[in-house]
Amino acid sequence: MAGWITKGGNGAQTSIVDGKQHILLMPAWFVIGILLVIPVLVMLIYSFLTQDFRGGVIWEFTLEAYDQFFIDRGLFGDEPARIEWTYLGIFWRSFLQALFAMVFCFLIGFPTAYFIATRAPKSRSFWLFLITIPYWVNLLIRTVSMKFLIRDTGPLNNWLMSWGVIDDPISMINTNFAIQLGLFYSYLPFMVLPIYASIERYNFALSEAAADLYSNRWTTLFKVVIPAVKPGIIAGCILVFIPSLGAFLAPDLLGGAKNFMIGSLVEEQFKGQSGDWPFGAAVSMILLTIIMIILLFYARAQSRDNNGGH
Amino acid sequence: MAKTSQRISWYPGFREMAWLCLIILYAPLIIVMVYSFNNSPSITVWKGFSLVWYNEVFFGPEAGKFKQATVNSLTIAILAAVTSTVIATLSALAMIRGRAFRGQAVTFGLINLPLMVPEIVTAVATLIFFASIGFERGLLSILLAHIVFCIPFAYLPIAARLQGISNVYEQAARDLYATPGQTFRLILFPMMLPGILSGFLLAFIISLDDFIITNFVKGAGVETLPTAIFGAVKQGIKPNIMAISTLMLAASILLVTISYLISRMGNNRD
Repeated sequence: MAGWITKGGNGAQTSIVDGKQHILLMPAWFVIGILLVIPVLVMLIYSFLTQDFRGGVIWEFTLEAYDQFFIDRGLFGDEPARIEWTYLGIFWRSFLQALFAMVFCFLIGFPTAYFIATRAPKSRSFWLFLITIPYWVNLLIRTVSMKFLIRDTGPLNNWLMSWGVIDDPISMINTNFAIQLGLFYSYLPFMVLPIYASIERYNFALSEAAADLYSNRWTTLFKVVIPAVKPGIIAGCILVFIPSLGAFLAPDLLGGAKNFMIGSLVEEQFKGQSGDWPFGAAVSMILLTIIMIILLFYARAQSRDNNGGH
Repeated sequence: MAKTSQRISWYPGFREMAWLCLIILYAPLIIVMVYSFNNSPSITVWKGFSLVWYNEVFFGPEAGKFKQATVNSLTIAILAAVTSTVIATLSALAMIRGRAFRGQAVTFGLINLPLMVPEIVTAVATLIFFASIGFERGLLSILLAHIVFCIPFAYLPIAARLQGISNVYEQAARDLYATPGQTFRLILFPMMLPGILSGFLLAFIISLDDFIITNFVKGAGVETLPTAIFGAVKQGIKPNIMAISTLMLAASILLVTISYLISRMGNNRD
């Protein structure tokens, strides 16, 4: 329609920002470059420096931090090198917790997103609004609320006891279960919203066509609907998995001191004077590398999906 | 036909799952709200309605601490939201209007980088950076860190809004000899305003809510509301914490609702 304006006249489309784009982008480049890109590079350097026991670092190159993470040389450092399982174990546990959080969020989130997307427009936007609110509510307050709810003397145990379901309070706080519940609760809206966005664009005529060809409901769901909305599902899974992997609040407030996750391990290294900055930097670097690899695979899968149709 | 398609798209149990999802999301929040009005020094036994804990928050022994933390939080949130909104608006203009340019994809990645790097990693990197250049930790370091992660949150609604505005209006203004500055001020900016406002509000909420990054870069003695609450929770959940939480909940819900109404208003006008 507007083609004659944009393409007509003296040939090229002009815009009010032409030739000034670099100036307009300067603030963003500077701010993010200086306050995020450079800090990550400095963190990389720090992970190769020597620990200063008064906090901070000594500017001497060493692989000590990565050695401490991966290799066990015994208590006095004189035994033959073996694989150090302490930190890999923490990463593995965090990985599993994040994976389970992702799976449970999907099991609740997918039906919810599907249900919302099949509502009438009015009630659809209201449901969406209700799901969006917790997304914006302070994560600290949500985690504290969960802690309050499931404490030994909290409302949940009180009700269960007063209804006679249990005789003694179930000890839920400071367990892996509590962390799991906290992660699930924290990131549930992150799963619903992208899946909803995909289902909203799904053409339900495809479901009808499947039904006309004698596919039953569930076959249609697994063979037609889910493949069609796969990009939304993957986006939701990533949005739950990544923050869960580096989560700090849920393990700290709900898991207590014994149930370490990556986030608490990192935080520990920067607390007070006793911390080990190079080790904390190395752990952060390893976490960042894992996440960048996941995002890279995601980006490649996405561009393959986009090109696959042509 | 419509009836058939509705039945085909229906699955048993999905409605119940959706309600379960709502209950899971809201139950802990509602329980904290209810118990913040509890007239009892013990936080688990319900003893009737009272505002005693709100009184404690505003006039109790810890009132000064929380008041200072609130002032800090609001100051940082306003400054961070204004700065990041300006940066995001300029970036959106350059990214969405005008020709494609070299490095556009990289720039897009850069703007969204704060969303991709896990918060704990950003926190560590920022702390180390400030320490390595000898930058004093305090309100200014918190503000700088907040501006960075607010940029993508401000950018998304502004860019979405700008994408929805056809460029025929600018073209018409230019044809009528408006300067680029006038075209922006009189034509484009008013049309972008709903997106800019909702970007500002989202940046404001995100800054107000941040705990992890603030906790790393704040330095000793400086507290924002979330770090003050975290410190108090570490001593055990007292009822005044629930009262503060309820107030913050109310503030967040209010801001999200306003942002939602603004963006809907903007969309309806077209």
